[in-house]
Amino acid sequence: MKAIHKKLLRDLWSARGQVLAIGLVITSGVAMFISYMSVFGSLDRTRAAYYDRYRFADVFAAVKRAPDFMANRLREIPGVAAVETRVAVGVNLDLPGEEDPISGLILSIPPVDRATLNDVAILRGRYIEPDRPDEVLVSDGFAKANGLGPGSTVAAVINGTRRELEIVGIALSPEYIYIIRPGEMIPDERRYGLFWMNHKALSTAYDMQGAFNDVSLKLQRGASPEEVIDRVNVLLERYGCRGAVPRRLQTSHWYVENELKNLRASGFFVPAIFFGVAAFLLHVTLNRLISVQREQIAALKALGYMNREIGLHYTLWSLAVALLGCALGVFAGQGMGRGMIGLYNDFFRFPFLEYRLSPDVVLAALGISMTAAIVGAFVAVSHAVKLPPAEAMRPEPPAKYRRTITERLGLGHLLSQPTRMILRNLERRPGRAFVSLFGIAIAGSMMIVGLFVLDAIDELLWVQWNVVQRQDMTLTFVEARSPDALYEVARWDGVIAAEPQRSVAARLRFGHRYRELAITGIDPDARLQRVVDVSLEPIELPPEGLVLSKTLADLLGVRPGQEVEVEVLEGKRPKHSVMVAATVEEYMGTSAYMRKDALHRFLRESPVASGALLRVDPAVAETLYRRIKKVPAVAGAGLKAAMVESFRKTTGENMGIMVFFNAIFAGVICFGVSYNAARIALSERSRELASLRVIGFTRGEIAYILLGEQALINLLALPFSLLLGTGLSLWLVALLETELYRFPFVLTAKVCAYALLVIVVAAVFSGLVVRRKLDQLDLVAVLKTRE
Amino acid sequence: MAVTTEPDQQGKRQPASGAAAMAEGLVFLARGLTKVYDMGEVQVHALRGVDLELRASEFTVLLGPSGSGKSTLLNILGGLDLPTEGQVFYRGGELTAAGDAALTLYRRHHVGFVFQFYNLIPSLTARENVALVTEIVPSPMRPEEALELVGLGDRLDHFPSQLSGGQQQRVAIARAIAKRPDVLLCDEPTGALDIETGVLVLEAIETVNRELGTTTAVITHNAAIAAMADRVISLADGRIASTHVNQHKLRPQDLTW
Repeated sequence: MKAIHKKLLRDLWSARGQVLAIGLVITSGVAMFISYMSVFGSLDRTRAAYYDRYRFADVFAAVKRAPDFMANRLREIPGVAAVETRVAVGVNLDLPGEEDPISGLILSIPPVDRATLNDVAILRGRYIEPDRPDEVLVSDGFAKANGLGPGSTVAAVINGTRRELEIVGIALSPEYIYIIRPGEMIPDERRYGLFWMNHKALSTAYDMQGAFNDVSLKLQRGASPEEVIDRVNVLLERYGCRGAVPRRLQTSHWYVENELKNLRASGFFVPAIFFGVAAFLLHVTLNRLISVQREQIAALKALGYMNREIGLHYTLWSLAVALLGCALGVFAGQGMGRGMIGLYNDFFRFPFLEYRLSPDVVLAALGISMTAAIVGAFVAVSHAVKLPPAEAMRPEPPAKYRRTITERLGLGHLLSQPTRMILRNLERRPGRAFVSLFGIAIAGSMMIVGLFVLDAIDELLWVQWNVVQRQDMTLTFVEARSPDALYEVARWDGVIAAEPQRSVAARLRFGHRYRELAITGIDPDARLQRVVDVSLEPIELPPEGLVLSKTLADLLGVRPGQEVEVEVLEGKRPKHSVMVAATVEEYMGTSAYMRKDALHRFLRESPVASGALLRVDPAVAETLYRRIKKVPAVAGAGLKAAMVESFRKTTGENMGIMVFFNAIFAGVICFGVSYNAARIALSERSRELASLRVIGFTRGEIAYILLGEQALINLLALPFSLLLGTGLSLWLVALLETELYRFPFVLTAKVCAYALLVIVVAAVFSGLVVRRKLDQLDLVAVLKTRE
Repeated sequence: MAVTTEPDQQGKRQPASGAAAMAEGLVFLARGLTKVYDMGEVQVHALRGVDLELRASEFTVLLGPSGSGKSTLLNILGGLDLPTEGQVFYRGGELTAAGDAALTLYRRHHVGFVFQFYNLIPSLTARENVALVTEIVPSPMRPEEALELVGLGDRLDHFPSQLSGGQQQRVAIARAIAKRPDVLLCDEPTGALDIETGVLVLEAIETVNRELGTTTAVITHNAAIAAMADRVISLADGRIASTHVNQHKLRPQDLTW
């Protein structure tokens, strides 16, 4: 090995504390990058393979009832490669020993050949037999949550008739990677299951012989989904088609896509902070190293070493640190990625989900680490390269100091000599002090960002279920019913309050943009469901016109005062222009509201209800649930408590784990910055401090001079970290905003306190390490070194 | 015999000629060197018009008190620094017209430096400090050979912190000569050493000059060392005060101070 490389290794070894501190910051960044990106890659690849192997369709349409021959008409649409029709039936289920209302969706499948599109993957058991009409396949998550397997039976109410179904296989479908009951926010697979049943048996039970109510289309390569959808809509309109949707808007695909988008955003955003901090630490440390080695650099130049050789030498120092950090990070990131994939298995259903860390992710991590190293090294190294050898041979001139502002203001007599030294040192290099301060503030803000997400989720849930939707239970009727139905519901035992709900599926179009969603009618006197904006003030709806969530208005590009075209997708399907009266800032998704009476007028109907919101007495809730399950007119029932519990179990737990890692990594940054700053201060001033010891200062007094400065910087960093944390959190809020939800911005005192505590603990720890080194200061040796 | 050279009164310099220098067997030819350090409020004149010639295999001592400009002069000869005005030729090539890269190559292939404070790399052993140089030049000595030459054959794997001042300076000499340089430039090589150690160091330099025929310039404020030189150039206040040729050189061990 060349002598200059031996020097490199020994330089690294002698600064091992700092090398490790900076390396770990890079490790954290790389670990996050690798885990997020490898999980993103794994999910993305798995999804693509799954879609491909099980022939996931491109366009989906639901109709009320269309004759089978329409399938051929659909096949003739230019650009359509395949068409699969089926019967889809929403049912209420009865499971032995289960009190909660459980619903499901039964889809028909061909008993002999497998479906052309949206084929099922059998995980356990077998496919249905042609001559056994009661055999069904059940979705994996529902089977697991309810302890079902091949051989179990479930009772379903199909078209008002109770029917025992025999489970023969556990299955998954590319259409249902993410399974959520329509109209709900959070998946709850214990209370919502998917079933696949013999096509003939289901259509017979549901009176659909010779007809279908659901169709999927596969497009030819290069075909435009929009053009096909237009033609499908024209063909199926008279059969009650609510409008075909492209794959992009298919529920499961859309959720998975959103999650992937978030993963990739987090995979860039969070590690970017770490790499920035690492570059900063490398800059400071290398600057100091080069300053200490000033005369060695002069000697190397005198010996005839080229500028580029010297530049390379110090750049390699930085690269070595990054390489070490990166190697550890790849290792840690792979472990974290495997763990994260496991978490995704809880709410995404894939027949196979293999974790794979692709080499290009590793290469990207390596590239980013190396870039951070080079960026961090650049200024310091160019300083070393530019150092004129003759000048470098001479010791550095004494640093220039001047009296501080306090002293110039005539308050100097208030300061002790050591305190003056602290202040003058800070004032002499305000840039350096600020950069240290900034690094610590970044670490504090990372803590805040990590913890903020937890609080934001809590806030989101609280707002949604305690302020906006205050009902305990939501009933959806099979068809809109007269208000009498509500009086009956209100009389049931355990119902404390009942309010009718009227919501209607509609397509809102503004220009060429459109969205399909439910318009919710809200009674001005409603107590259970209200429209509430982000300041948590209930909004009074105008007597006429639509109120859109801000997200929806932005998606459509519409402003209050403008008119949107509303095409109702059920009943008589009226189509009119409606004025957007106002927009409302909401946390959850895309929603549209109207005064309930205005909605009735718009639909030209009597005041019917499409569902009911109930407040129930928990003591008799069980009896109530049992009763509701048996009512055929009720298509679905959602329980708030169950949703909250389910959310906490899946998403909440996953978030918790991610936050835990974030906090660890923020701690790493904090220690890295704090320790590094203290070590550099020690290196720069050990000679000065040893001189003070020689003239009789105690260890405590010199520790005050050095650590007092560090303490002051840390103290000043506290408010900055709160400020920066607020800014980063707001950025994250914007970054994580999807059509589904956006996070509220809440910064609690608890989160701030945690972040500040981490800064203080890191500072105290670094201070103790440096204090120990100060105590071991070799007075004679230090005074001998020429600097 | 003492010959005193006065700078040209009119301030006009004879145009220096590289070819002429070659013909005269000169290694260095310097004309009208001035060096001004701009220290913000004050200007420091380190050199105020120096003309100088160094001949092949000659042992020259540049003598002068601190602040006389001798280190500046040595740095300029060694290609570490450039004069504010004037020209320097090395074997007919103009150093003052060379760029940074060319000066680096000049230092790498032709110059051996020895500094007052040794400037060893503390993280490298004696052998490795020498190897630092032998690894970047063509046909060098082996590091062991160079260290043997300065009497440190038994200290190969010691780190600088494990060596005395004199030993460190001899490692620095070994490092300077291992490349078989054409010129050896020593800046106060004994400045930080006591007399006994200083003599050992001077012996090493003298050995190199005598056995390898390396053109050698030693700067010192110690007048006693002048006695071992072929020629002594005295500097004062940035000018050459006098030049003196020794008819009888003393050996280092015969020096006293």
